[in-house]
Amino acid sequence: MSQASESNHTSYMTDAIGPLPFCPGCGHTALIKALDKALVKLQLDPKNVVVVTDIGCIGLADRYFVTHAFHGLHGRSITYACGLKLARPELTVIVLQGDGGCGIGGTHLLNVARRNIGITLIVGNNFNYGMTGGQHSVTTPTDGITATTPWGNVEGPMDLCATAAAAGAAWVYRATAFDKDLADVFARAIEQPGFAMLDVWELCTAYYSPRNRMRRTEMLAMIDRLGFVSGQQVDAPRPEYSARYREAFAAAQQESSASGAKQLPLIEKQFDHAVNRQTGIIIAGSAGQKIRSAATLFAQGAMFAGLSATQKDDYPITVQTGHSVAEIIVSPETIEYTGIHDPDYFLVISEDGLKRTRAKIEALPATCKLYADEALELPETKAQVRSLPLKQIARAAGKRSVIAGALGAVLADSGMYPVTAFGTAVDTFQRREIAEINGKAIAEGVRLV
Amino acid sequence: MGHEFIEGNEAIARGAMRARCDFFASYPITPASSILHHMQQLVPAAGGTAIQAEDEIASMGFCIAAAMAGRKVLTSTSGPGISLYSENIGLAIMGETPMVIVNVQRQGPATGSATKGAEGDIQFTRWATSGGLPIIALSPATVGEAYELTYVAFNFAEKYRTPVFLLTNKEIGVTKESVDLAAVELPVLAERPRPEAGASGVVDTSTPPTFLPHHFDAVDEVPGLADIGGELIARYTTSTHDKGAYLTTNPAIIQEMIDHYAAKIDAAVDDICLVKPDLQEGAEILVVSYGIISRSAAVAVRQARAQGRAVSSLVLQTIWPVPEKAIREAMRGVKKVVVPEMNMGQYSLEIERLAPDDVEVVGVNKMDTTLVSPEEIAVQGGLLPGGSS
Repeated sequence: MSQASESNHTSYMTDAIGPLPFCPGCGHTALIKALDKALVKLQLDPKNVVVVTDIGCIGLADRYFVTHAFHGLHGRSITYACGLKLARPELTVIVLQGDGGCGIGGTHLLNVARRNIGITLIVGNNFNYGMTGGQHSVTTPTDGITATTPWGNVEGPMDLCATAAAAGAAWVYRATAFDKDLADVFARAIEQPGFAMLDVWELCTAYYSPRNRMRRTEMLAMIDRLGFVSGQQVDAPRPEYSARYREAFAAAQQESSASGAKQLPLIEKQFDHAVNRQTGIIIAGSAGQKIRSAATLFAQGAMFAGLSATQKDDYPITVQTGHSVAEIIVSPETIEYTGIHDPDYFLVISEDGLKRTRAKIEALPATCKLYADEALELPETKAQVRSLPLKQIARAAGKRSVIAGALGAVLADSGMYPVTAFGTAVDTFQRREIAEINGKAIAEGVRLV
Repeated sequence: MGHEFIEGNEAIARGAMRARCDFFASYPITPASSILHHMQQLVPAAGGTAIQAEDEIASMGFCIAAAMAGRKVLTSTSGPGISLYSENIGLAIMGETPMVIVNVQRQGPATGSATKGAEGDIQFTRWATSGGLPIIALSPATVGEAYELTYVAFNFAEKYRTPVFLLTNKEIGVTKESVDLAAVELPVLAERPRPEAGASGVVDTSTPPTFLPHHFDAVDEVPGLADIGGELIARYTTSTHDKGAYLTTNPAIIQEMIDHYAAKIDAAVDDICLVKPDLQEGAEILVVSYGIISRSAAVAVRQARAQGRAVSSLVLQTIWPVPEKAIREAMRGVKKVVVPEMNMGQYSLEIERLAPDDVEVVGVNKMDTTLVSPEEIAVQGGLLPGGSS
């Protein structure tokens, strides 16, 4: 940016709306001024800087900066900062958050540290919620007096630095608002390509300090008393998220532009059909029997014969066990209602499938053709039962092709549409090795009827 | 031209890409997860960014910020996720953020049935956040419409600088259908309004130039959007603010801003309200439907007509704002309006509000995770000859 290098920024703040609004002695004032100094030191183009603020007293700060500004929901400032950085990786994104925001948005702190998205998080940590009346926060020390711990805090304080470090933060530093080198530390944090977090301890002169008789000396002593560490905690740079993201997908981008958008072949009518109305087909089997993919191929076969089709699946959340049931509708017209009340065809090839659909089978109308593996003991039904020796398909083409063979049998018997249309779908959408096996299964299925 | 056999969720992803969506963030949830899967394939390959966030709140946070930084964003979830989106939805409305939010509805409340369909979020969508400001919501009936309306939702989001909801349903989201996407007619791709340097709204008082992020002359005007991180210094805030996105406590300014959010949508209802009327001369019954159930309604209406009954049908593709003009027009002369829904009667409240005193509004409702069938509409709605009208 030529403009940035030519102009000498003496401040990134404006006094157009008055002085900073914080209480006398509040650490926020020193913190904000140190941030301004850090920006001056870095001479960043204000157009490339976003100050993101959380809710709380520190959320009043963004309006005093002449950079871009984003003031969002309580505890979510890290998410907005990440969104900005992901959208425009060239931006310098600085978050001003309180200890309250760190608590409500704790998961975002963990995840930005883990992901190493290159934002700078500055926490103005004054051990309580200053804006809402001095309630206790996740950093209030044990025994601390607040509006909500009038007899002393029985909870333990979160060590924000240790938490961020444990989550994988690349750069972590504990400072105080009294530190003479605060601006320099801020500048170093901002310069980090990855995620950098500063936990800046400060006084809340309205609530926490008077209630706990805590001034500078007491606050500094508290760091040691709690067994926390001051200064640099982590300085272990690793690749920033956006850089890694671009790297990971550069290959994908090249591949897609070289081969054109990856899209499955389109289906055009190649065959005739003998379906004169909306027709419902239910197929029931077990997980691992390729029920869903076979149903899709059956529907695609119907489409090669000029039919419309829909498919709905039913299977347990634990996908590798239990039943797998698919409902297919084919129709010479546009399919409106996608429910199947009285199926025209029903195919059941396993005990799991039978168990799942038993009630449906019992209620099948006399118009329905029910195809079932000969080994299955069917319940009482009005449907026209056709028993199929499916083990012959398994023997010829393997267990995983039984469903393709069985659907071949259904097609050959019903004449809905040509078996070759089904074969065309198999050849078009399956890998050649699989298509060959399924082709064998379909031929075997046709022989069964 | 040719057909594909794809589910509604894939059609949504493809529609988004057709609208040049280049930022996507979402958290897995059945039955919306496959949108996330498809977008993780499609978006990075097209040079954009797709990320699985740590939760639904972060999904919205990422998306809102990315939208304000110039990206075209999509996020997708189901009812439980919309609950978590709620506060950020309010932010998106107030910040005039263009974005598309997909809700693949499932049976609720609470965790409900992850793999079962419902349409229980109709009024929830309208009142999803505090403040009660208007939103736009579109509801596709088919896989093809899921593609089309996703694209249209992006156009509305851009043109009116507002979050737009696509309210679909497990019954479309994970149902595969034969569809010819190339045959779907799409409008011209819309772009968000941009402020021009020196144009009204740009205040030339500082270097770098700053501008009013919510500038309007007429209250229903859509402000130009300058990207955060762009050439004009931009501000965005969750606080009650003036046109400059500075916090204000001035009641007159606050009221003007509130009026503005509503007025820009109200002024565009003719553009936004998409309906498919199929009205019959002399019909005493009108069926008003939306989403997947409009397909059951179509069958019921056709059957009634085949039996000599004059029945009108109005299918709503836009459900928020309520297409009041089209509904009033369709109601003219009818004695009864039948409103079938996969909930216990939500949109029927809007129809009751609009119906003249002498028009009866009959809901055909169930929430047992199965589709409202054509028979249920025909019988409970009294559509067949001999049925009450």
